[in-house]
Amino acid sequence: MATATKMRFGIVIFPGSNCETDTWHALNDQMGAPVDYIWHGETDLSGYDCVILPGGFSYGDYLRTGAVARFSPVMGAVMEFADKGGLVLGICNGFQIMLEAGMLPGAMMRNVCQTLVCKYVHLRVETTDGPYTRAMSKGQVLRIPIAHGEGNYYADEAALADLKRNDQIVFRFSTAEGEITPEANPNGSLENIAGICNRERNVLGLMPHPERCSDPILGSADGRLVWESLLQAV
Amino acid sequence: MAKARVTITLKKTIMDAQGQTVEKALHNLGYEGVGNLRIGKYIEMELNGAPATELPAQVDEMCRRLLANPIIEDFHVEIEE
Repeated sequence: MATATKMRFGIVIFPGSNCETDTWHALNDQMGAPVDYIWHGETDLSGYDCVILPGGFSYGDYLRTGAVARFSPVMGAVMEFADKGGLVLGICNGFQIMLEAGMLPGAMMRNVCQTLVCKYVHLRVETTDGPYTRAMSKGQVLRIPIAHGEGNYYADEAALADLKRNDQIVFRFSTAEGEITPEANPNGSLENIAGICNRERNVLGLMPHPERCSDPILGSADGRLVWESLLQAV
Repeated sequence: MAKARVTITLKKTIMDAQGQTVEKALHNLGYEGVGNLRIGKYIEMELNGAPATELPAQVDEMCRRLLANPIIEDFHVEIEE
């Protein structure tokens, strides 16, 4: 099953991260890619092609999700790495950290339903322009799990208009048929937004967990498409 | 030594799902007159070292950089000498 590749991944571990092992399993055991863990005190990211900020509850999600992690020593290096064009993927808490750090526009708020939602959802692929979705097709519907209490994405009107103008909305919560409806929105997120990228398209943040569905034995292997897209990108 | 008290609230334009839920709970308890309930955060701290004249700007900066998220939150600072 392993794919030959030279792309090297680094997974950042903050105090309170808890999805790093699943991400390692998906990338290394499933995709055959070389992976290292990067401690949050590290400041040297040379040698990596893609850095992943994994899910979890960094620093206990104290104050706001991602608010404290955003000032970890490693984050200065991550932002510099992204500025130079390095690929940075934020999953769930990783996405929240990116928003706090200003790597992506907008902010995350508590789910409108006031509960942590942990279930499979459907995502519609909104763009295939960029390194994270090029192995998908536009309009394709993926089945991927979410698990978060704060995935209610918010951006003001100007920021939302910018996202649309630059084709930065990458995933939306949808029905199984790919329709964008209020019922398909698990958390109250603005316009069903589930994932966005930066203008340069090298930074992606998403709430769903592709690493939890990269192995058919887990019920869905749709998450593999993210890794396959990345491995094509090299 | 001075003390600062910081109150952080969601911007008025942002829906406060937590506040709405608590408001409904109060209605269920019979407090039907409760309206527009909003939940925020309260932070207090001691401030040592910096001259008193610099404190307002310093706490304001703390709020913008870390304590509040200016995209969705407003903050109010009170400083007591």
